[in-house]
Amino acid sequence: MYVAVKGGERAIEEAHRLLAEARRGDPSVAEISLAQIEQQLALAVDRVMTEGSIYDRELAALAIKQARGDLLEAIFLLRAYRTTLPRFAASEPIDTASMVIRRRVSAIFKDLPGGQILGPTFDYTHRLLDFDLGDGNGDRPADDVTEQGEISSEPMPRVVDLLDREGLIETEEAPDDSTPVDDLTREPLRFPASRGMRLQNLARGDEGFLLALGYSTQRGYGRNHPFAGEIRLGEVEVEVAPAELGFAITVATIEVTECQMVNQFKGSATAPPQFTRGYGLAFGEAERKAMVMALVDRALRSRELGEEPQSPAQDEEFVLYHSDNVEASGFVQHLKLPHYVDFQSELVLVRNLRAERGVSPHS
Amino acid sequence: MSGYNFAYLDEQTKRMIRRAILKAVAIPGYQVPFGSREMPLSYGWGTGGLQVTASVIGPDDVLKVIDQGADDTTNAVSIRRFFARTTGVATTRRTDEATLIQTRHRIPETPLREGQIIVFQVPIPEPLRWLEPREAETRKMHALEEYGIMHVRLYEDITLHGRVATSYDYPVRVNGRYVMRPSPIPKFDNPKLDRSPALLLFGAGREKRIYAVPPYTPVRSLDFEDHPFTIETWEQACGLCGSRESFLDEIIVDDKGGRLFVCSDTDHCERRRDRTR
Repeated sequence: MYVAVKGGERAIEEAHRLLAEARRGDPSVAEISLAQIEQQLALAVDRVMTEGSIYDRELAALAIKQARGDLLEAIFLLRAYRTTLPRFAASEPIDTASMVIRRRVSAIFKDLPGGQILGPTFDYTHRLLDFDLGDGNGDRPADDVTEQGEISSEPMPRVVDLLDREGLIETEEAPDDSTPVDDLTREPLRFPASRGMRLQNLARGDEGFLLALGYSTQRGYGRNHPFAGEIRLGEVEVEVAPAELGFAITVATIEVTECQMVNQFKGSATAPPQFTRGYGLAFGEAERKAMVMALVDRALRSRELGEEPQSPAQDEEFVLYHSDNVEASGFVQHLKLPHYVDFQSELVLVRNLRAERGVSPHS
Repeated sequence: MSGYNFAYLDEQTKRMIRRAILKAVAIPGYQVPFGSREMPLSYGWGTGGLQVTASVIGPDDVLKVIDQGADDTTNAVSIRRFFARTTGVATTRRTDEATLIQTRHRIPETPLREGQIIVFQVPIPEPLRWLEPREAETRKMHALEEYGIMHVRLYEDITLHGRVATSYDYPVRVNGRYVMRPSPIPKFDNPKLDRSPALLLFGAGREKRIYAVPPYTPVRSLDFEDHPFTIETWEQACGLCGSRESFLDEIIVDDKGGRLFVCSDTDHCERRRDRTR
């Protein structure tokens, strides 16, 4: 006999208890601290901050711990917290030209003012598992640590600004201060989206999704001949100019990765041949994310630049509506919710259709 | 619940959502874009309905939450608990006691009355979406009342299958103007939308749209003169209360093809059983 599905409340409570237990794992293994996550899983923290769109290493570490290392779940936790916070000001644009540089590479000039700074990168590591890094051995000092002082203190102008001086690259006009800053988390996305909205969407967008899209542009689906004009990583100041003060004050120092892609453009009826830009920016060390964001940003500019949009990466609605992993993950996983009623309607329909075709129930 | 505002959302956000609701009520069936917030529940699990409910709920409301017609399905339990924690309002399982009902996939069998509000959780608000994936296009089609494509689709169903092969989320026309998705309720529930004395509010969180059907608004399920709209029927009666008028869920009771049909509306079913006891 059918017993009505009761006790949902109790089942949920038990599920939460089991989850807490699973999160902790074997209690004989030491509990991980937030400081450990912040310091030793720093790139996970950076990703969660970027896609969670809140710069707070400690909260991101907490989210990662609570989510058992599931970064999408951690991003969701951070977003749901962020939405409850008041918004009291829009910052001044950050000035990445005056960044305190940790890494800076350009793929288009062998040398340039300020030089190339490799910084902390996986790039030229050989991907050999380092068995010496096992438990208890992580504290050995790295070989040949160079003095930080070797980094030049001379200013490091951005490569695109150097090209700009020659008129070889399109100029980008900053919107004047009277234009309010769009906020994707407060207003619905509309099409065509402003560049600001689009960049916010891409910055929050899922790294894996954007990686695949950016990659597709390189393989011919919306090709636009990218060069990594410059990638820079370092600290910048965040300034806010309160109306009652009338001048800007520094409220925070944050680490960001910026990527400026330089893309070929043969010119159009109204524009001379020149290079165009794609822009990527992410919190912390997030070079892959910044690069693919720049590729996709450029691909999405196709209409504005008079290129025929033909590929997924150039399709604004397709990209911007599907980039958000919190939305995507929720909607995909909602399939786990009961659908008894819709399914029953479909059963009735399919049985009727089969009966009308004279199909017997067991054929 | 300490640390959070009444009903979780801050008052500014509620005001923004109420404005969207007012606009939606003023233009029945029109999808109003709104600044949907990230909620502490997953997108696709009722975040739109949650925001609408949070914006209209007051301390004197009596809230009922159902999923698949039932008060005790896990997501209904979870949402009811969310509001119990964040508002402290009274909750009920009885349709007639509720002033506010949040629902997923059903309209209760007990007729709604004046003064009640029912909030639907909407996964995809756009009725033309499967025919045209682009939002910029579908908004234009609504603006121009260009619904031919929908009638063609229904007609194609009839030529292929002899009937319209849509069983839930069956498209309706509201007040003779906007074509609207009633959310994935079975078409069995569509007639309840027509001239309902209650206010019907629809919230789509992920898609950032709110729409509404004000009380006593004509809502017509799309059909043709020679192929009038019909609803599901069952040969069986509810195995628990014997109802022949309610929407039935099918339950597999053994591995030999045994089936039990029971009311999907648990409140309706329990009250019928109480009466005969």
